Amino acid sequence: MNDKKGIIITGAVIGLLGGLLVKFGNPANMGICVACFIRDIAGSIGLHRAGVVQYLRPEILGFILGAFIIAKTKGEFKVTGGSSPISRFVIAMFVMIGALVFLGCPLRMVLRLAGGDWNAILGIVGFVVGVLIGTQFLKNGFTLGRSYKVNKTSGYILPGIAILLLIFRIVRPGFIIFSESGPGAAYAPWIIALSAGLIIGILAQRSRICMAGGIRDLYLIKDSHLIIGFISIFVFAFIVNIIFGNFDPGFVGQPAAHTDWLWNLLGMFLTGFGSVLLGGCPLRQTILAGEGNTDSVVTFIGYLVGAAIAHNFGLAASGSGVGFAGKFAVIFGIIIVTVIALSSIKYNKMA
Amino acid sequence: MLKVDTRGRSCPEPVIMTKNAVSDLKKGDSIKVLIGEEVAKENVGRFARNSGCNVEVNNKGNEEYELLITKK
Repeated sequence: MNDKKGIIITGAVIGLLGGLLVKFGNPANMGICVACFIRDIAGSIGLHRAGVVQYLRPEILGFILGAFIIAKTKGEFKVTGGSSPISRFVIAMFVMIGALVFLGCPLRMVLRLAGGDWNAILGIVGFVVGVLIGTQFLKNGFTLGRSYKVNKTSGYILPGIAILLLIFRIVRPGFIIFSESGPGAAYAPWIIALSAGLIIGILAQRSRICMAGGIRDLYLIKDSHLIIGFISIFVFAFIVNIIFGNFDPGFVGQPAAHTDWLWNLLGMFLTGFGSVLLGGCPLRQTILAGEGNTDSVVTFIGYLVGAAIAHNFGLAASGSGVGFAGKFAVIFGIIIVTVIALSSIKYNKMA
Repeated sequence: MLKVDTRGRSCPEPVIMTKNAVSDLKKGDSIKVLIGEEVAKENVGRFARNSGCNVEVNNKGNEEYELLITKK
């Protein structure tokens, strides 16, 4: 299923489910958001204490398990690691912080646009520029180095944790925190959320859909394959929103969004830039983490820690905008990611 | 013949390495690209076909492939 049809279907299913999950109870314009949902998971296991965004999102667990199951079935479960894990960890933290300043991962960015949230346009501009600059670094020899086959057990750890967290979601033990109000308290029934996650996990693994890869490939090798998925998500989410009356165009008063245009742009710039260096957007990295890529598992943990930092130190944006700490963190992140990128090029030229 | 080893490189590095190697090819020239995973095989193959090359895939076993890319 690696032809055009596969990528269109994947985008369509993500778009449809993204719209429908809102109908089933997920926060508005947040049917699926990899960044927000990883942030909610970080909160539910107590990594941060922002009371309104703590929930064990079954969608994310479904992505991991869906990718794991289909990769196993298709003989693509391959356990690798050792490609600059600590650089990946740091870049991933900043990808998450950028996303939480914008208030959404690249996937939610498209879903927000499909819901009429025009602030997402600034996010897209920043994201595209970030991806193009990251691609420029790739063209100039940036690499995090090659990975190697590692002990198979390492590949089972994250899917194992996903199953454990899923049990916690169903049993709801006292030490797992669930928001009582706010976006964290808005969720679809777990069985629906999990099913949606599994379906998307399977399709995304097969089609290799990636938000950052779409723009990157179009620029780098004039290949429109992945960008079609990006467009397909938008079209189908838009249709669902129109049907259910969830299309509400404008800048002001959009759900889980702010109108601070510069920081919408720069936040997503950081996310796009970092994502290209990592080799994929948060959705793609989560899928890779499920299919045995332990470098992507490290990236996933970087997202978790980045989300915890974002909420523990007031970096994440809110509906009222971005605070000083958040602005500082985005600029700091752009500098750190640039330093990592430049040093990699220099190191590889000498090697 | 030029051999490019892309094993273990994350996406899209195998494609970039192939692109750099293919750009110097004259009509009828070939390169060999060593590939370590399914996704890279698809991506490199698609790139090479889109840029006017013939692609011959040799399965080396153990999830490794060797692509023989010839400029048309």
